[in-house]
Amino acid sequence: MTEKNKTAGMSLIVKTVTRWLKGFIFLYGVYIVLYGHLSPGGGFAGGVIIASTFVLLTLSFGKEYSLGKLGKLLASELDSLGALLFLLVAVSGIIWGGIFFLNFIEKIAPSKHFHLFSAGVIPLCNIAIGMKVGASLFMVFIILAVIRVREVNGKRKLITTEKRRTKT
Amino acid sequence: MIEILVGSFLVFMIIGALIALETADLLSSVISVGAVGAAMSICFLLVGAPDIAITQMVVEILSLVILIRATIRRDLTTIDGDREFFGLMATLAMIFVFLVLGFYVFPRLPEFGTPSMLQSSQSPAQYYLRNGLKETGAANIVTAVILDYRGYDTLGEATVLFTSILGALAILRVYSRKKKSHDGKK
Repeated sequence: MTEKNKTAGMSLIVKTVTRWLKGFIFLYGVYIVLYGHLSPGGGFAGGVIIASTFVLLTLSFGKEYSLGKLGKLLASELDSLGALLFLLVAVSGIIWGGIFFLNFIEKIAPSKHFHLFSAGVIPLCNIAIGMKVGASLFMVFIILAVIRVREVNGKRKLITTEKRRTKT
Repeated sequence: MIEILVGSFLVFMIIGALIALETADLLSSVISVGAVGAAMSICFLLVGAPDIAITQMVVEILSLVILIRATIRRDLTTIDGDREFFGLMATLAMIFVFLVLGFYVFPRLPEFGTPSMLQSSQSPAQYYLRNGLKETGAANIVTAVILDYRGYDTLGEATVLFTSILGALAILRVYSRKKKSHDGKK
């Protein structure tokens, strides 16, 4: 860590509390995603909680730290992978049952109700949506955190902080 | 009892929205929008929709952080300039039209709290409640509806989110491709 990264972000109190809490918040998001078919919640809400973990990291430690944990390329890949997984589940309904979005696992091998591994493809869909929503909302935050409006020669211009850093 | 609670929260939300509209400081405007969202979440919880309450709460928190981050670093944290006369007139006209139509429409609506989807035994809601657990195996009926019976709608929603992120990344990316090669030549 360079001297600049140490001063980035908020105060020591915020950093310490974030260091304690980040794992619990992330775990709660994963719980909401995995138990979406048993208790209130689901892929979207859990994905937003996972994204808010990384937003908290960005706010308290600065952009470089959170991008080191979840890079922009990795987030983009997770986003696309979630969308593809969701589509794959939908299309495999056609392959095994002839109907788009058929719950084919439940049709072939019915599971015990109220168990974690039940409800066929619904947990898979929840995981896919959770990945997609978490990664994409984190990317929205990163994009909005990078862009700044600056006055250049009397004109308003969009300037990214990364570009400014490479110039100096 | 629930009617009174939800009603008082609705009044609170209307007051918060009015403060958000009228205040000159952008930061306090954003914060009062957050208060409206929190009251909305409690309302969802009171009328028995915990799924929506969780989603509303976390989306509200995240969007509030994004909005604060977007407003606080910009130079323009206050709005100056007067209210437009045409805008005020359009608002008043819209309120008048809404009141006139509401006068005819609201007496025909079912009473507050009456589940209108449960009126006939053939309605989709009745079918989902009766056969949801048996057919999908999901204990949470909301998840069973959005990911099994109405999975196509959820796919459309996911596509909307995916496309919007794709557009935002394409427009707001850090470097344009041409400039990078130009810098490389230098």
